[in-house]
Amino acid sequence: MPIQSMKIDIIDEHFEFTLEELCQCCAVPDEIIIAMVEEGMLSPVGSSPAEWRFTGTAQRHVEITLHLQRDLRVNLPGAALALELIEEIEMLRRQLRVKG
Amino acid sequence: MEYRDYYEIMGIKRDATQDEIKRAYRKLARKYHPDVSKESDAEARFKEVGEAYEVLKDPEKRAAYDQLGSNWQQGQEFNPPPGWQDGYEFSGGGYTNADSAQFSDFFEDLFGRAQAGGFQQEQRRGFQMKGEDHHAKIGVSIDDAYHGAERTITLKMPELDAGGHLATRDHSLNVKIPKGVTQGQRIRLRGQGGPGMGDAPAGDLYLEIDLLPHSIYRVDGHDIYVDLPVTPWETALGEKVSIPTLGGKVEMKIPAGSQSGSKLRLKGRGLPGKNNGDQYVILKIETPEAKTEEQKELYRRMQEEMSFNPRSRLGV
Repeated sequence: MPIQSMKIDIIDEHFEFTLEELCQCCAVPDEIIIAMVEEGMLSPVGSSPAEWRFTGTAQRHVEITLHLQRDLRVNLPGAALALELIEEIEMLRRQLRVKG
Repeated sequence: MEYRDYYEIMGIKRDATQDEIKRAYRKLARKYHPDVSKESDAEARFKEVGEAYEVLKDPEKRAAYDQLGSNWQQGQEFNPPPGWQDGYEFSGGGYTNADSAQFSDFFEDLFGRAQAGGFQQEQRRGFQMKGEDHHAKIGVSIDDAYHGAERTITLKMPELDAGGHLATRDHSLNVKIPKGVTQGQRIRLRGQGGPGMGDAPAGDLYLEIDLLPHSIYRVDGHDIYVDLPVTPWETALGEKVSIPTLGGKVEMKIPAGSQSGSKLRLKGRGLPGKNNGDQYVILKIETPEAKTEEQKELYRRMQEEMSFNPRSRLGV
């Protein structure tokens, strides 16, 4: 099978999503993203929703928030707190792994 | 098909009240939530618990399930008795939860398959909509993350069968993994998701990178860590040693007087990226055993000449 010529992007902290792209890839309406921005869970660059640019990590944050809301009935402030704690735990686990 | 003991999965008695079932579910859902849990089988357990709760929370389904009797064992070969559902009516095609695509065959045989309502879009003329984005995980070795690699991946794509039921179809794809990807990162393959409606483009495919453990290297973001065994004289005298890196062997001079646990940095020798990661080398001093009389004599001479007490700061 030949390698199809397809465009591959690395979704990292240098990657930029528009609001529309983020909604599309997380399959959510824009109200959800806007609410997360208002809650301080996502910090896009840009002054208005049309200009907002999110980094690649925003995608993961939206997904975890949706899972927590759907599976554990966590509200948005609760999900914001859980997300911060999850990030901290991940950082600590990474440090542990690196120590070997 | 294997029998599933939903009561055992949820750790409750068969006569548990609906409140007890709900409490058990909430506890287990928190414990095994894949975003939170550190258990290795969290995702599988979470799905199993979700399926058990889907049945037990609904008095109709629970009564029907209970009717199968209590003599079955978890995992036992099972076929539902003919006409077993008579007298029970399940609203909503058996499913009430949003994320039910992954329920077991056992569940589906008893309560029916998911109605693929979400996938049946109206075929209006001129209607256009970008296809769905799809998501999957892919295991990548650290060497492939460093050099980049070509891989054939097979994904299970949901599709409607002739009867309008949800089925899966294998979809093979040759993918070029760009160099410099790291743990948990995603790559996006444009146009490789679900087909679009009308003239609209197909959705994208997102692949989450899961770096496979390596026998030598550990990874933190784009930085690489490696433990390097060294001799006491190499660290004491500050000698040149060979160090493995993902790009091949390099030579490095150990600063004289380095200790076990000292961390040295090889700048830019980590995973490539916008800013290349570094490789950190952690020294592990290994001491040779004194096997012959001459070797023992060497240690005795060190003992006399070095006057070294590593325990002085412990006050002994």
